[in-house]
Amino acid sequence: MTDVDAQDGEVDTPTEIAPETLFGTLLTRSHEQLVLHPTREEYAGLLATLQADGYHSIIDLCGVDYLTNFSRELPPGITPERFEVVVNLINHREHARLRLRVQIPESDPVLPTAFGLYAGSEAMERETFDMFGIVFDGHPDLTRILMPEDWIGHPLRKDYDIGRIPVQFKGAPANR
Amino acid sequence: MTATHELPTNVNQTSEGAQELTSAGVVAAGERLRELGAVLRLSENDALLAEREQVSDDETMIINMGPQHPSTHGVLRLMLELQGETVLRCKPIIGYLHTGMERTGEELTYLQGPTNVTRMDYAAPLFTELAFSLTVEKLLDIEVPERAIWIRMLMTEMNRISSHLLFMATNGMDLGAVSMMLYGWREREEALRFLQEVTGLRMNHNYIRPGGVAADLPDGWRDGVLRLLDMLPPRLAEYDTLMNQQPIWRERLQGVGAITAEECLALGVTGPMLRSTGYDWDLRRDMPYLAFDQIEFDVVVGSYGDCFDRYAIRLAEIHESMKIVRQCLEKMPKGDYRIQDKKVTPPPRARIDESMEALIHHFKIFTEGFKVPEGEAYVAIESPRGELGCYIVSDGSSKPYRMHVRAPSFVNLQSLPHLMQGSLVADAVAIISSVDPILGEVDR
Repeated sequence: MTDVDAQDGEVDTPTEIAPETLFGTLLTRSHEQLVLHPTREEYAGLLATLQADGYHSIIDLCGVDYLTNFSRELPPGITPERFEVVVNLINHREHARLRLRVQIPESDPVLPTAFGLYAGSEAMERETFDMFGIVFDGHPDLTRILMPEDWIGHPLRKDYDIGRIPVQFKGAPANR
Repeated sequence: MTATHELPTNVNQTSEGAQELTSAGVVAAGERLRELGAVLRLSENDALLAEREQVSDDETMIINMGPQHPSTHGVLRLMLELQGETVLRCKPIIGYLHTGMERTGEELTYLQGPTNVTRMDYAAPLFTELAFSLTVEKLLDIEVPERAIWIRMLMTEMNRISSHLLFMATNGMDLGAVSMMLYGWREREEALRFLQEVTGLRMNHNYIRPGGVAADLPDGWRDGVLRLLDMLPPRLAEYDTLMNQQPIWRERLQGVGAITAEECLALGVTGPMLRSTGYDWDLRRDMPYLAFDQIEFDVVVGSYGDCFDRYAIRLAEIHESMKIVRQCLEKMPKGDYRIQDKKVTPPPRARIDESMEALIHHFKIFTEGFKVPEGEAYVAIESPRGELGCYIVSDGSSKPYRMHVRAPSFVNLQSLPHLMQGSLVADAVAIISSVDPILGEVDR
């Protein structure tokens, strides 16, 4: 936490405001909540740092598809991509939460798995893979978790057509 | 998994392939590591060794438990690898109740949102509504009136009581204590009766909404609360005599399905399961929301992390919730039950009859909804099952761009393979029950 305070002190120079950082990663605040913006390359290293710093538990990991909303605010230097993986970590000792937002390009939707550090990310990463098709490199069992194994498409993607889902049981006639 | 031969057409169509538990002979070291080593931090080498030590395929049997099994609390399916009566491995397979509620949430306005999320955790519906509403309020940057805060606390604690009573009932049923099941349902019905008096519905209330609550507490609500508070203590004492002092009950639960605090933290497990290990963590006290910082209550922790502790903690939490309810009764402030912000709140019914503008305003709010500024927020609360969080991304329109619910049951279920390893099939039932999963929330 001291890192933030130090940065706050330095922001006095009016000409150029240095972007805030925490653990060497760009930091923004969203409604008083701390949000880190690591790149894909920094992600695994940052998780290791955070775990060593007391963020022992992964609370949540989910995906967001920004296909139709590219105007979102991001710190300078971070290029908006179609997908985002959002990770919530908790530090029980300091009663602190951190949120990580990682940009994932559509052309190569791959992110290293957090499983090695946080075993609890197993089901969450499977769900994100299932719903968005984001591949978690190194995940031991990356299969669909909520949808049936032979399902086509990733339902939470914005370009997934919700209006026309064929009847699941292929023998039955469609009602249209 | 590679298919070596063509499956018959009907099998092919319904096959779920790789979601299933593969037989021990073909399990790669990686998956072995996931099952054995994830929590225990086995090295890959150890996992390989464990693989060599394992019993041969013809001594073991893979059976399905569920999805239609009374002790799986809905449609949880477990694949168990058994050697005789001992569970060697276990894999929960979920998704049978998946209805795409997160996607539905993107199609509903913020005002309609609670109707959707309330169906997630159907045993504690007010909590999901609360998490959703708190997140929307954070995005809107509004503060709800004092009275709304206290009504929310009163109602969610009542809901916690009813949820834990339901656990008492199902836990009893799973372990063969059928009278406990009847008692649990009976008392839960009393709690639900109060919720019905206030919200109009026994379940799926849609009562807590962004901006406050749907309606003020009705006349005579104090009597309803007091009736419950007077009725419960002797009944809970009865549970205590019936269960805690019964040797069979203790034998069935003590030492079964033990988990440590480290393992819970690594797996992201929260709620009574985490507290049963002796880890002192409750969001109501440690990261207070609503007005829990003005309330006196104890966080109950266990010491062994076994099924008995998980049961005993929930029983004790009913007592703590009653304490909180009593304080809500004393401190309930007067005032408005919803925010008087014209952007969020529809005009009062009486105004609609006399003012054209009010009618238009009312119509606009219920058809278009209100716009929420661009941004994203995550708010977490302590539900009866653990940390229940809601993450909403808004693009400035009147519908969430993305609505994600962090369901405690979904995460807690990950501990099943670990809890069940080496236990008996009969204990497996006790273990599922003690995790207290609500499948509506798991599958969303």
